[in-house]
Amino acid sequence: MSYYFAIIGTQDNPLFEYEFGTSKQGGDGQPRFAEQARHLNQFVLHSSLDIVEEVQWTNGQLYLKVIDKFFTNYISCFMTAGNVKFLLLHQPTATAGGGGGGAAAASTRNSTSVGANPTSPQTEEAIKNFFNEVYENYVKAIMSPFYKVNMEIRSPVFRQRVTAAGRKYL
Amino acid sequence: MASSKASRLGEETRMDKVNAELVVLTYGTIVAQLCKDFDSDYVEVNKQLDKMGYNIGLRLIEDYLAKSNTVRRCSNFRETAEMIAKVGFKIFLNITPTITNWTSDGKQFSLVFDENPFADFVELPDDGRAQDELWYSNILCGVLRGALEMVQMQVEAHFISDVLRGNDTTEMRISLIRYIDDELPPEDD
Repeated sequence: MSYYFAIIGTQDNPLFEYEFGTSKQGGDGQPRFAEQARHLNQFVLHSSLDIVEEVQWTNGQLYLKVIDKFFTNYISCFMTAGNVKFLLLHQPTATAGGGGGGAAAASTRNSTSVGANPTSPQTEEAIKNFFNEVYENYVKAIMSPFYKVNMEIRSPVFRQRVTAAGRKYL
Repeated sequence: MASSKASRLGEETRMDKVNAELVVLTYGTIVAQLCKDFDSDYVEVNKQLDKMGYNIGLRLIEDYLAKSNTVRRCSNFRETAEMIAKVGFKIFLNITPTITNWTSDGKQFSLVFDENPFADFVELPDDGRAQDELWYSNILCGVLRGALEMVQMQVEAHFISDVLRGNDTTEMRISLIRYIDDELPPEDD
């Protein structure tokens, strides 16, 4: 399982990005994206912004769950009250090479791990917890007087905390 | 013992409270704006903060004396330090910095801030200079300088470490320069 997490500002501008792998089921926390896929991830993620705009008014929740799927890439979204989007792209392990054929094999082998089935309630819950923790730290980061709205988040402390949240829940 | 009396005074003095985040954000905005106005000339920002604090201190001492019911002069500088830490900081910022590192002549001491209500959420700009040049809470030095000047003590105060810079503690050094004998008109600063 590999993850690509990005925070998108109100002008659809990226504020923060972070790639990581699962730490559950003996994962080492390293992403296993193919080299070409890493660039593609950014496009996949940003292209789902249109769908975010479609679904954001349909329910009152901040957490919008899985909103988009591109081959084996699933996109979960969390909207902050200030219209900043947290997007998480998750990709089950066996398909890290980019092919679609391995998905079935992966689901039988890793069926108990978080994320093997990206739309299961357990995965949704884990991602929700991850988002909530990031949200809490995001609020602290933007409370810094030297931070301006829609500015890139460069704080190393924030990055550490996102890393910690990823390790804890995903 | 004088120190327990000071703590009691600090505890007993009732002050109106404001939301901590209001203080953090207001002060933070001032510092950030100064940094912008002076083009990140942090030495100048420190100076300005100190000057602002000085002007606050000149007036704040009156408020302090009125609210804290301190009827008596401090007999020595050690007692003054106790009153600053346990009454002054307690009633205005609701913190009690620790007094340490006295010099043997009793004219210099350090205030160590375990918590700093101004610095919540703050991360200094990562331009490579702020970490070495900016004293974020420098206004406090000015406040002490101004307030003590009004009660006939000329002091020099400056920060020597700050957790925001990555130091382990936030420490302010205060040195008594002299007791002012005659009431001088405050300089037009």
